[in-house]
Amino acid sequence: MLITCPYCGPRDVIEFTYQGDGNRERPDPASQNFEAWNAYVYDRLNPAGDHNEIWQHSGGCRTHLRVVRNTLTHEISSVAFVRGDHASTARRKAEDKA
Amino acid sequence: MMAEYSAFSLLANALKGNKDWKPAWRKPDPKASYDVIIIGGGGHGLATAYYLAKEHGITNVAVLEKGWLGSGNVGRNTTAVRSNYLLPANTRFYEHSMKLWEGLSHELNYNVMFSQRGCLNLAHTPAQFDDYARRGNAMRHLGVDAELMTPAQIKRLIPALDISSDARFPVVGGLMQRRAGTARHDAVAWGYARGADRRGVDIIENCEVTGFLRDGDRVTGVTTSRGDIRAKKVAVAVAGSTGRVMQLAGIETMPIESHVLQAFVTESLKPFIDTVVTFGMGHFYMSQSDKGGLVYGGDIDGYNSYAQRGNLPIVDEVMSEMLALFPGLARVRMLRSWGGVCDMSMDGSPIITTGPLPGMYLNCGWCYGGFKATPASGWTFAWTIAKDEPHDFNAPFTLDRFHRGLVIDDKGQGANPRLH
Repeated sequence: MLITCPYCGPRDVIEFTYQGDGNRERPDPASQNFEAWNAYVYDRLNPAGDHNEIWQHSGGCRTHLRVVRNTLTHEISSVAFVRGDHASTARRKAEDKA
Repeated sequence: MMAEYSAFSLLANALKGNKDWKPAWRKPDPKASYDVIIIGGGGHGLATAYYLAKEHGITNVAVLEKGWLGSGNVGRNTTAVRSNYLLPANTRFYEHSMKLWEGLSHELNYNVMFSQRGCLNLAHTPAQFDDYARRGNAMRHLGVDAELMTPAQIKRLIPALDISSDARFPVVGGLMQRRAGTARHDAVAWGYARGADRRGVDIIENCEVTGFLRDGDRVTGVTTSRGDIRAKKVAVAVAGSTGRVMQLAGIETMPIESHVLQAFVTESLKPFIDTVVTFGMGHFYMSQSDKGGLVYGGDIDGYNSYAQRGNLPIVDEVMSEMLALFPGLARVRMLRSWGGVCDMSMDGSPIITTGPLPGMYLNCGWCYGGFKATPASGWTFAWTIAKDEPHDFNAPFTLDRFHRGLVIDDKGQGANPRLH
């Protein structure tokens, strides 16, 4: 299985660390909604087919990646930076400081 | 009931050219309705059907299997049977299983080739040895056999093992369960299938469940590739396919991830090792089959998969760990490798329960350990289906334990399935 890191190009899966299901949404750290926390920690979609998941290129550039991979064929259809999810917020904060 | 298989029947059939053997199970067409439908014709589903019929007198039962009988994990595991757990809930459950294993060939009148050749966990650091002492004491406290072994005793038991002080991970001792061992996995499926069939259970192969019949919340049957079948009770025992089948019932999330686990067999050797040995500095275990092949197992690949095949990094890791213990096996060739889909639960322990919908019963979350659990899984699941409540042995293995803070995490890894 090869994962194409947007920085480093196609690399063997052995360079990456699986960080699991990327569909889960972490509740606000201040949240006291126990059901939401329980669901975040324990419940999984576990689909047979395309799976949205997080990998880290731990043996390379160490970037966290959002990967869509088919769990029936192991075929990877997209790889993107996780931080892209929050890029606009991150940029905004940097501008605030400046 | 006279035993169907005996020395006498073997001889009589041999003299008649082996033409009169009855098939071990019928190939019935599905009826319109049953008292109980069991989805999944693997070891656990078949054992459940057998104990429903034998212990509870419920014989109007169908086992639905999407492929052929025993085509899933019951034929893909590495056949080890043990009850060397730390936590009481697991120890009691798996020890019940061990006791059923000890009488299984006689009970089923079918030779499952259960061989109590022992299972030895190797320790490579003094701290790990202390941890094994703790686990061994926990086992003995609950009446399970366990003994600590020194490197010299281990060397006598497994002469080929490298216990030298310059080994990559020197062996400082081990924890042995003598009553552990291996069994012929196909025979377990076939034995339970025949036992259930002879008591009236319909085993229906090539019958894939495609949906659930519902009356409001209540499950009243299933739609299948061979038509609709109604039932008072529908039991799910589908291991790695749990997520897919539960989604058919409208249950979107489960405390389960499906992962692929690979296994390997070498070419046949003369008798080389007469126990099951596990490596303590990684995840590797080995035994020798009756045909002479060395059977290797290791870690799951570590990412969600339904593919029944894995990738090369695990092959490399398993072989490296094998060579750390047995340098002399470097030139033994691998004959076969394959993968099975494991239903990894969030605490490494199974789920055997009523629900989660009315009329439904659920058996899943077996992680690596489903094969050794087969008899107790079927026994307790049959009890739960028949009486609509769990037996003491499976009462802790609920589905809601995760949300209630009652996890049973033998390895203490947290909600991270790839580490269990």
